[in-house]
Amino acid sequence: MNVTLRVWRQENGDHAGRMVTYPVDGVSPDMSFLEVLDVLNERLTLAGEDPVAFDSDCREGICGSCGLVINGVAHGPKELVTACQLPMRTFADGEVIEVEPWRAGPFPVIKDLVVDRGALDRIIQAGGYISSPTGTAPEAHSVLVPKRDADAAFDAATCIGCGACVAACPNGSAALFLGAKITHLGLLPQGQPERRSRALGMIGQHDAEGFGGCTQIGECTAVCPKGIQMHVISRYHRDVLGALRHRDT
Amino acid sequence: MTTANPTRSGPRARAARSTVALKAVMAVTGLIMVLFLLAHMYGNLKLFEGWTAFDDYAHHLRTMGEPYLPYGGGLWIIRVVLLASVGAHIWAAAVLWARSRRATGGRGGGRYESPRARRGVQRSYASFTMRWGGVTVALFVAYHLLHLTSNTIHPGGASSSPYERTVNGFEIWWVVVSYTAAMLAIGLHLRHGFWSSFATLGANTSLRRRQQLNAWAVVVALVITIGFLVPPYAVLLGWVG
Ligand code: HEM
Ligand code: SF4
Ligand code: FES
Repeated sequence: MNVTLRVWRQENGDHAGRMVTYPVDGVSPDMSFLEVLDVLNERLTLAGEDPVAFDSDCREGICGSCGLVINGVAHGPKELVTACQLPMRTFADGEVIEVEPWRAGPFPVIKDLVVDRGALDRIIQAGGYISSPTGTAPEAHSVLVPKRDADAAFDAATCIGCGACVAACPNGSAALFLGAKITHLGLLPQGQPERRSRALGMIGQHDAEGFGGCTQIGECTAVCPKGIQMHVISRYHRDVLGALRHRDT
Repeated sequence: MTTANPTRSGPRARAARSTVALKAVMAVTGLIMVLFLLAHMYGNLKLFEGWTAFDDYAHHLRTMGEPYLPYGGGLWIIRVVLLASVGAHIWAAAVLWARSRRATGGRGGGRYESPRARRGVQRSYASFTMRWGGVTVALFVAYHLLHLTSNTIHPGGASSSPYERTVNGFEIWWVVVSYTAAMLAIGLHLRHGFWSSFATLGANTSLRRRQQLNAWAVVVALVITIGFLVPPYAVLLGWVG
């Protein structure tokens, strides 16, 4: 199949960017979207032009490095996949496909399709540590975790920190990411001692980075490759509001 | 262990000024206003019991709580709570609006070059209209108070009887049209706002609960919109007069 890519090209944060059109032929429907960018970059390099910068690492949907807004939708039109796992058969032969970087105040563009997502790392950092004995693995039955909690914590822990939720949010909020992280630790016994200080620290950092507030619209859940659901947001709100009610936190 | 920090930049202080705290203010004040609207709607429907019942009810609002409260005292307490709620709601909305604009380069959901998903993937029309719809509602409230509470503007003729003021006003088609537009704006605001307030306060605990809260939001929005529209149309169509 043949496609036409319209790609955001931007030298760096100091220069304005623009969309540039590149026809790409000989695309196999089984290629992933990133492989088409690889093909394009090979041709650009051979022609002596600057290849398109984009992030990727695992290419199997688990690391959260890749992040592209494809046809206006974070991670593209297919639900529950990252850009690296998006197969080209999702698109029509001859389709014009628009490719842009994540856009949010706290995600400055570094070059082309690469943005700095360090803000998400700093939110994690602001959550602090958890109290957990180290050394040999404890006996599995010494701390009981109800199956429901274990499952829900695991579901939340599948968040790969890609930032698609921010890219899609009309408020530029990282609420889904924050909710996933707070839920995953807050449901487990190991997460209890610092539960309140973690919630306060993380929401403070979230806002200090310049992310917007959640208005419960849910665009984040429509693009999240891991299917994280909106109740994690309600849960972190409860933890923040609960911590604010306790003077000793 | 404590991480208590008395300074303005400590984690507690930062969280107390956070988007979550501001949104909780919006949720609580919004729900107070919803309670008021339900009571107000009930009062309006007294129009169907006739002139005396309606005017008695309006008078009753001013004498409730007597002799513990002076004439009009109960009503003034409600007015102060409502005014504080409206003020806090609008203030929090403005602060959060500004933060959202900053986080999205002032372009919200329309910040991508591609025009293909400007309306998002799944968002509702009601969620689009929260901010400008809210402003519409606020302008309407000002007009409405001047019309039926303070008796400053009186389309159709002034009167000392609340019943007569209402009927005079709603016999005019453009008053009913503007009132209808405002009620639709409130309906949309509550369709998203009612669900959003509960989710904000932590009540959205599962996918099922999310569906239930959204169903309740539709019911509340419909009841309030229809409940407020019945009296003016009854007047316009001559069922009440
Ligand atoms: C100038 C007037 C107003 C403005 C600018 C405004 C704006 C907003 C905004 C931006 C939200 C949050 C939206 C979201 O979650 O997506 C909201 C929520 C809400 N509004 Fe208003 N509003 C106004 C007046 C009112 C009035 C008169 C009512 C009375 C019923 C009301 C009831 C609510 C409720 C119940 C919520 C849900 C609270 C929440 O989302 O946490 N609002 N409003
Ligand atoms: S919640 Fe989903 S979209 Fe957001 S960072 Fe985690 S995996 Fe990505
Ligand atoms: S490259 Fe690792 S998730 Fe896409």
